[in-house]
Amino acid sequence: MTRFTVNGHELSVDALPMTRLIDVLREQLRLTGTKEGCGEGECGACTVLIDGTPVNSCLIPVVQVSGRDIITVEGIAADSRLDPIQQAFIEEGAAQCGICTPGFIVTARALLNTNPNPSRREIREALAGNLCRCTGYQKIIDAVVAALEVD
Amino acid sequence: MHTSSAAVWTARTLEEALQLRAEHPDATVLAGGTDLMVFIEAGAIRLDKVLNLWGCTELAGVETTNSGIRIGALTTWADIREVSNLPDALRECAATVGAAQIQNRGTVGGNIVNGSPAGDSLPLWLALDADFEVASTQGVRRISAQDFWTGYRTHALAESELLTAVHIAPNAADSLHYRKVGTRMAQAISKVVLGGRLRIENSQVTEARVALGSVAATPLRLPTVEAALESGQGVKAAQYVTQDITPIDDIRSTADYRNTVATRIVRSWLERCLERT
Repeated sequence: MTRFTVNGHELSVDALPMTRLIDVLREQLRLTGTKEGCGEGECGACTVLIDGTPVNSCLIPVVQVSGRDIITVEGIAADSRLDPIQQAFIEEGAAQCGICTPGFIVTARALLNTNPNPSRREIREALAGNLCRCTGYQKIIDAVVAALEVD
Repeated sequence: MHTSSAAVWTARTLEEALQLRAEHPDATVLAGGTDLMVFIEAGAIRLDKVLNLWGCTELAGVETTNSGIRIGALTTWADIREVSNLPDALRECAATVGAAQIQNRGTVGGNIVNGSPAGDSLPLWLALDADFEVASTQGVRRISAQDFWTGYRTHALAESELLTAVHIAPNAADSLHYRKVGTRMAQAISKVVLGGRLRIENSQVTEARVALGSVAATPLRLPTVEAALESGQGVKAAQYVTQDITPIDDIRSTADYRNTVATRIVRSWLERCLERT
């Protein structure tokens, strides 16, 4: 059994130690907000936070999260209130097909937690590991900038 | 999904890691997983045994020693970016490894032992004359970067050994240079990657290190170019780049492109360094 915390809940999971974290999240815990894009660490769709740090959950074997604190996109909103980043993605039209969106939101949340007032350049660099194939990046960057004003 | 049913041993301390290595020399070593997990998912490798070093915190971190700087093998690229007494070129390199998600997991030691000819940091270790500290239950020894990569993705570590650290000498007076050519700024695997270092005294190049990645089966130094620089040929030394490299056509680029670009990035670096003095 591997014990860790997901979105504030302590859990024990029975999985082979090399099982990918994304598979534990989606298949066992039914937290399907985290998406699999490429499955090889290129696209960032599966980004989650481990101890506050953004990582690709497709590259993490579950054995490496023992005792760690994980936040998925389901843990970004506070109770029933959307996070300002989520609200801004809606208002700025920053999502199209939606597969990349959870990863962008989680990565952007990690950025604003450590740097509450990033420049556009810093936002672009922080989000460089998240790929979007629909919208282009302008509206996504705009949404993060808009979220700064209310965050 | 290719879930591996491998048995995993997790080490919490260096002593435990070396003991487990001695007991399981056939286990595959897992650090941040940014290469290994990709190989597993692609079905490219099947693992029976894994030695998990992640969480072995004494193997992470950068410290100043009597002879220079010691970088623990499990130091991540995100960590490297934050350490101010490292050469700027090394921190620049760290910023080009994948993007934030990869930099938070990918380690210095993983890049070195994985030993891809395209490994972003590898030419820099050659340019720095770095020494790799390796350990087993039998003791500690050092292997120079120059002697480490023995062939395509093979290295000089014995089965019972682990890479524990990288040592670099303080050479703040030298100009260290890093240049990566890829398809885009982030998340690109290099088409050509350059690490270079020049010591210039009284307007003379007294020591030259020129190393390239993605242009041969291993990252390598360019002896003809280095000798030309040390014999005073200046920027003209760049014309010998193609004599020292054996690039191939692959999915990322062509031999022709790599020969051309390798020559140009060496020349433009030399122009900047040598025209300044």
